[in-house]
Amino acid sequence: MTGFAIQRLLQAIAVMLVMSAIVFLGVYAIGDPMELLIPPEAPQDIRREIVARFGLDRPLWVQYLTFLGNVVQGDFGRSFIYNMPVLDLILGRLPATLELTLAAVLGATLIGVPLGIYAGYRPDRAGARIVMALSILGFSVPTFWVGLILILTFAVSLGWLPAGGRGATVELLGTQWSFLTANGLSHLLLPALNLALFKLAMMIRLARAGTREIMLTDTVQFARAAGLAETTILRHHVLKLIAIPIVTVFGLELGSTLAFAVVTETIFSWPGLGKLIIDSITNLDRPVMVAYLILVALLFVTINLVVDILYAALDPRVRRGRTA
Amino acid sequence: MTVPLLAVTGLCTHFHTRAGVVKAVDGVSFTLEPGQVLGLVGESGSGKTVTGFSLLGLVEPPGRIVAGSVRLRGQELVGLPTPALRAVRGRQIAMVFQDPMMTLNPVLTVGRQMGLALRAHERVSRAAARARCVEALTRVGIPDAGARLDAYPHQFSGGMRQRVAIATALLHRPAIIVADEPTTALDVSIQAQILHEMRALTRDSGTAMVWISHDLATVSSVADRLLVMYAGRLVEEGPTAQVLRTPRHPYSRGLLDSLPAAATPGDDLRQIPGSTPSLLALPPGCPFAPRCARTSDRCATPPPWVVDGDRAHRCHHPLETPP
Amino acid sequence: MSGGASPLATFWGNFVENRVAVVALAVVVAILVLAVAAPLIAPQDPYDLAGLSLLDARRGPGHVGAGGYVHWLGTDAQGRDLVSAILYGLRISVQMGLLAGMFALIIGASLGITAAYLGGRLESLVMRVVDLQLSFPAILLALVLAALLGQGKGQLIAALVAAQYAYFARTAYGAATAERRKDYIEAAAATPLSGRRIVFRHLLPNCMPPLIVVATVQIANAIALEATLSFLGLGLPVTEPSLGMLISNGFPYMMSGRYWISVYPGIALVVLIVAINLVGDQIRDQINPRLRR
Repeated sequence: MTGFAIQRLLQAIAVMLVMSAIVFLGVYAIGDPMELLIPPEAPQDIRREIVARFGLDRPLWVQYLTFLGNVVQGDFGRSFIYNMPVLDLILGRLPATLELTLAAVLGATLIGVPLGIYAGYRPDRAGARIVMALSILGFSVPTFWVGLILILTFAVSLGWLPAGGRGATVELLGTQWSFLTANGLSHLLLPALNLALFKLAMMIRLARAGTREIMLTDTVQFARAAGLAETTILRHHVLKLIAIPIVTVFGLELGSTLAFAVVTETIFSWPGLGKLIIDSITNLDRPVMVAYLILVALLFVTINLVVDILYAALDPRVRRGRTA
Repeated sequence: MTVPLLAVTGLCTHFHTRAGVVKAVDGVSFTLEPGQVLGLVGESGSGKTVTGFSLLGLVEPPGRIVAGSVRLRGQELVGLPTPALRAVRGRQIAMVFQDPMMTLNPVLTVGRQMGLALRAHERVSRAAARARCVEALTRVGIPDAGARLDAYPHQFSGGMRQRVAIATALLHRPAIIVADEPTTALDVSIQAQILHEMRALTRDSGTAMVWISHDLATVSSVADRLLVMYAGRLVEEGPTAQVLRTPRHPYSRGLLDSLPAAATPGDDLRQIPGSTPSLLALPPGCPFAPRCARTSDRCATPPPWVVDGDRAHRCHHPLETPP
Repeated sequence: MSGGASPLATFWGNFVENRVAVVALAVVVAILVLAVAAPLIAPQDPYDLAGLSLLDARRGPGHVGAGGYVHWLGTDAQGRDLVSAILYGLRISVQMGLLAGMFALIIGASLGITAAYLGGRLESLVMRVVDLQLSFPAILLALVLAALLGQGKGQLIAALVAAQYAYFARTAYGAATAERRKDYIEAAAATPLSGRRIVFRHLLPNCMPPLIVVATVQIANAIALEATLSFLGLGLPVTEPSLGMLISNGFPYMMSGRYWISVYPGIALVVLIVAINLVGDQIRDQINPRLRR
């Protein structure tokens, strides 16, 4: 088991090295950062001096190693636009994104699982069909479009909720949070709903498929034969059985929701990481792009690693099959 | 005249499918007295399991009880609203299924599942519930029941799992247990053990049983009376010993002949030719006619249910009683 | 398989049993026709800047503009007729979706089948990369690539293909390995058949049904992705106004109640994507009933 974990960890490190090289080459080698930093009319000697100061005259692999060395020490460079260390910038934006992501995934689970259980329990009812139609829409309709419609409906036409921003925040554990004030909560509601829709569709499908399968088993018939009420069967037997895949997906989805947050944050001007990366792409703020990409890659590689190791710990067959 | 514990009359459970109406149970009648064990025998697809489910009102759509009555101590169960039926299930009539692997929930502890079944009918404290479960498990012969209560089903052997299911069914000391092939999924050595124990448990408490099985050998060792089902209908009924000695219906005869004990060593086992007919396309007359060696023109009309003292059969050409 | 009728006829017979899917298919075909015929039926050429009048800008649905005809869905900020803009936008969106889907199918399926056929180190390397990429959200990958490669049709298609090929590779690999394990491939390998024959006669035909299912879903996804990227300003250049860009252009005006500039192109987009997905769902149910959800 330990051997497997170490092997997986080494693989993950190798993947991170490859990813960092790709990101470095991609962002730094395609296009010339000097075009942005140096005015075109600057004399040749000043140009050469700046190039030397940024180390751009050295071979590419030396530049990469220097970059790598800095990154390992937590130094991602300075943002061209905000003129502050990139890591501080990213860490400052992280809580807003985490808040939005958590609200979305939690909401999607808390609403989606009961709806899915209902749709799987009575698949022929009109209500179940409506739930399934909703989940098809949630899967197909692009997130940005739903965001627009939410703004148009609740902010522009009805005027109930604000169209963007984070609203009033309260400090807790050293960072600012929206969900603790009524105003902040009203700002959080629409973007969280927007971000949650896709996950909601997914949770509905997972819960429905699981429930349908379980309702046909003898476990349920045996519980019925013992005189258990249907709600008791759903709450205790079914919920417990579908919990395993749902918890797994919940964990995995936290990661991918961070990526979807890019779109939602842009539409609702939510000052999180997603908005930061879009801004840095449009402003060609390369250190921020590189840092964001490397951190996201790190996040995904870590999630994969943890999932792999957890699965191996739960199922000895995986361990033997994969290492062979 | 006393009211029987359970009286089933003209029970018809049909499944309305896209391909047509499947008459899984078509006019089944019988009575059950306290402490009696009734063996319900037939090949798979003969409607015996659906009969069992119908007794508890557990038939799921597209299936439905379309006619007949099930009376428990005179109280009609057919058409009863679900909450009233739920009060009967588990407390008056309990059920044990074929495969304990499939019936017990793999992600809940045994104690939790039994607790749910217990609290379905009684408000009991956590400690009292635990004590009751331990007592029930001990009764079915599970050693160290107190500790086993916190184990998950996969930590039990097949026989032990079935004992847990039986203990769950016995929690409320029901008047009737419907046992649907409770030993089929088990090893042969454990089959006999469970069979014996269930017989002893029910005899002590006066519990009646409907024992459903395709295996005549198993049933005949527990049942007082036998009901033989074919294609959704009863074809023969009588005291176990008599049916075994002198079967009247050719189908019962066929079932007996296909038992290993009936064959002379060295001979091939005799099989009933053909297979169970599709319930969607039953012949107009006797459904067994296509597989029967004793057919005549009369078999094109439905044979009547002939009652003869303690026994009954449904055949135009019943086998003669040997002198 | 029902005897007699060709598999395709049987497939069609089952397909028409689902009324929703038939309607969806009709919508998809109608949109395809509209997209192809856009230059013929659009009242206005939205690319022809000389034909636009700023006096007609941001007019609501039903406005009669300088062209003398009714703008049924209103006009955008440049005075462009939205009906025409949507028809041309559909044309671009459908084109991008089909091209991206097709290239992703070819590249992904080739990789998957090659990996399954050759096995060994190549197999584990390719599939490891594919699995890693599948765990990574496609939208983020497309976003970054679109940003790195710059604007343009070719660049955007490349970004979409890179984000989507892995789904095809996984599917083709799964189907091909399952097929390879079957005896007849081994029998075919024992007789002197060329590797090419095994791949094209045995592996590829058996991979096609699941690949078709993935392709329908991925074409819809490619259209949605393209629209998202264009909305974020990372997609097509301004000279290629896809639906996403139309929506993006209208977004600032939505706050002041001029909803039509964004909403109508959006409806066209949603109808297109949902219709393709519904058709895809039905095909999937028919090809593999076990996957039915």
